[in-house]
Amino acid sequence: MKKPNNTSLHEPAFHIVKRDTIPLGKAMLIRVAAVAAALLLCSVLSVLLINANPFEFIETLIDGAVGSARRLWKLAKDSAVLLCISLAVTPAFRMRFWNIGAEGQTLIGALAAVAVAFYLGGSLPNTVLLVLMLLAAVLAGAVWGCIPAIFKALWKTNETLFTLMMNYVATGLVSFFLVIWTPSGSSVLGALSVGHLPIVFHEYFLLIAITLILTFVVHIYLSRTKQGYEISVVGESENTARYIGIGVGKVIIRTMIVSGAICGLAGFLIVGALDHSITTTTVGGLGFTAIMASWLAKFNPIVMIGSSAFITFLDQGSAQISTNFNIDSSFPDMVVGIVLFFIIGCEFFISYRLKFRDSDQNAKKGGAGK
Amino acid sequence: MNKPVALEMKKVSKYFGTLAANKDVDLTVYRGEILAILGENGCGKTTLMNMIAGIYYPDHGTIAVDGQEVVIRSPKDAFRHGIGMIHQHFKLVDLFTAAENIVLGVDSEEKFNIRDVNRRVQEIADKYGFRIDPKKKIYEMSVSEKQTVEILKVLYRGADILILDEPSAVLTPQETDKLFDILRRMRADGKSILIITHKLHEVLSISDRVAVLRKGEHVATVETAQTNESQLTEMMVGKKVELNIDRPEPKNVTDRLEIKHLSMTDAEGVKILDDVSFTARSGEILGIAGIAGSGQKELLESIAGLCHPIEGEILYHNPKNDTTENLRDKDPVAIRELGVRLSFVPEDRLGMGLVGNMDLVDNMMLRSYRKGHSMFVDRKKPGDLAKKIVEELEVSTPSTHTPVRRLSGGNVQKVLVGREIAAAPTVLMAAYPVRGLDINSSYTIYGLLTKQKEQGVSVIFVGEDLDVLVELCDRILVICGGRVTGILDGRKTTKEEIGLLMTKAERADAPELTEKEGN
Repeated sequence: MKKPNNTSLHEPAFHIVKRDTIPLGKAMLIRVAAVAAALLLCSVLSVLLINANPFEFIETLIDGAVGSARRLWKLAKDSAVLLCISLAVTPAFRMRFWNIGAEGQTLIGALAAVAVAFYLGGSLPNTVLLVLMLLAAVLAGAVWGCIPAIFKALWKTNETLFTLMMNYVATGLVSFFLVIWTPSGSSVLGALSVGHLPIVFHEYFLLIAITLILTFVVHIYLSRTKQGYEISVVGESENTARYIGIGVGKVIIRTMIVSGAICGLAGFLIVGALDHSITTTTVGGLGFTAIMASWLAKFNPIVMIGSSAFITFLDQGSAQISTNFNIDSSFPDMVVGIVLFFIIGCEFFISYRLKFRDSDQNAKKGGAGK
Repeated sequence: MNKPVALEMKKVSKYFGTLAANKDVDLTVYRGEILAILGENGCGKTTLMNMIAGIYYPDHGTIAVDGQEVVIRSPKDAFRHGIGMIHQHFKLVDLFTAAENIVLGVDSEEKFNIRDVNRRVQEIADKYGFRIDPKKKIYEMSVSEKQTVEILKVLYRGADILILDEPSAVLTPQETDKLFDILRRMRADGKSILIITHKLHEVLSISDRVAVLRKGEHVATVETAQTNESQLTEMMVGKKVELNIDRPEPKNVTDRLEIKHLSMTDAEGVKILDDVSFTARSGEILGIAGIAGSGQKELLESIAGLCHPIEGEILYHNPKNDTTENLRDKDPVAIRELGVRLSFVPEDRLGMGLVGNMDLVDNMMLRSYRKGHSMFVDRKKPGDLAKKIVEELEVSTPSTHTPVRRLSGGNVQKVLVGREIAAAPTVLMAAYPVRGLDINSSYTIYGLLTKQKEQGVSVIFVGEDLDVLVELCDRILVICGGRVTGILDGRKTTKEEIGLLMTKAERADAPELTEKEGN
């Protein structure tokens, strides 16, 4: 016999087994454990980097995020903006249309809102102006969103690249208009005196309330309407969609109009309720963070309230750490990165199980013993 | 048995989640024998073989080759022990020649020389009687030639334990006979051959012994000479099964669907359907036979309005108002708006007919969600329908809110067929509706189709098991390379006759010539 039978006879140390189902509680436990492990690693890092003890680290993190009424409001405000953009990308993601252009769609919405306020401000009553700003922002976002969708529907172009590139076009447009709008050449547009959203209760209250209402609207849209149902069918299987006569191209375009329009709304809220101005970094990467928030929530708008708040919490808390301990401002990014890495990594343990050689043999013995 | 033992599995188990795909399986294979692995779909035949071939790693148990315990972690390990598997789905590079595909991935110390490889491939082919040109590219090959390449790939690597996963599924009866001759020659040469199948007559004609699996467990291994079809069925299913299909005479037959000179091309401009004409009548089952990929899918999809032919007519005679509509170039919604009640059970159940990640209720809704002017969906009626189907067709599911991908193949098919029948169709098209189903579910589906026929529906049934086609259908249309090669009376024809028509264009073993003729 030619076979080399002498080769390693030992079993592999472990092998990977796919889980059939996992109880919800256990899955949550794995996720909580992942977050705990990530925070542990972060606190070890903080010991090494800033010589703070782990308790101090956690304490500062929490204090920085929710330590005072002002911080709590800031947390709520930042979460709301993130949530709004996350809601925007969600219909597209449910359709498996990887819209990574929320940054640009939001920015173009903000630009449109500022443009309306800049040119028409003063000549119109504030309410009319606000409505026009809103419409312009929503329209601009929708146009920005539907351009890649049209190309995808008609010529099957890759939406990921296309939406990404549209971000840079939007940034370019903002730079262009800033040059036009600032004759001094500074390219810094001062705060507009018109087109401010009214303040109810608190300066951030309206923004937060609008976003929460939107969350429920998007949730109902996705789970209860015919259009939402069509989005799910197209996302799950284009063949099934064709089979029952859903126009796939039509759904793609329509959904991206919705997605872009909500981005535009987010842009309007940023301008009307917060910044009252625009720069090329007005959205500040939230368009990308929103992708994470949406994914972490498994595209469920209600869960997204939690995921957006969680990401913002980490960001704000670790920013406090870098201030208190006087370390580089990239520390918050590290913390968020580590935690997300663990959360995403733990999905592996939710889908799969490791079977170790030892436990295998123990199981065998146990089985034989019974 | 005085033959030496080639392979021995002891207490081998494999779990997927909590589901036992294989449980404590003992199996012995001798040198120079053909062992059939028989069992229903989902009984763990392929999983078991995959563990021998290094695709899966067993959770428990041991495998020994030539009396020595071995660890097989990868297909490479398997080859080292002389084990090779020919999978159901071929894994070949289309743009490479047969020989290039065969040698791909072989570790060799010597300098690579394609001429030597060609020569060695030819030698192996001649030894066992394969008909092959080592220099032919894969994309020019017929399905049976591709299968030959897969077998040679394994032999080239020096395998002497060969596993074939349902090799006859893609072959005509004549091609199957040829393959079996080759397998017998290999057996004479001392090779051990494991052949996975669920076709009983094949088991009886080719194997020396049969190992029967049921629900992941090894029921028994019996000598083929000492068993028969009904005994094997009983072992497979676990109880006695009547294997008769009821075929009532068609009643009130009228023309329902008339296909005239239908032609279609694929994206590259190659003709997939070529001047297809036939009539489907109410109250009868029209069978469509042909090798997989002969245009069956395109034919049904063009009737259903999913793809668009370049020539011809699809005429529907509406029994309600005696009008005739041409369905060509209409999409599924337009067809339904014409009042044409066309139901379609596509081949790809979870990729086309149903949405795997959605529950039963949402899948019921696929057909009906558009109804009404409200922008919201109504889940009540689909929910009732789901409950009704679960009850009437005995679908085993935890609830109507379980994603359909979690159901077994038979239950998935019941859900799909149930929904399509619930639309009270006048034409019901079903493509391979029993593929992957166990015997009981298959007969349930045959029963459902026959019942539709009795209610005056024109049933079009695309099948692959010729034995079933000749038992179930009133007429059988045979298709080959996109052309109709015959329409036969189901009560008078034989499967040999169908088999010949299925390869009519390729007769005389000269596929190259035919291709030129086709252009």
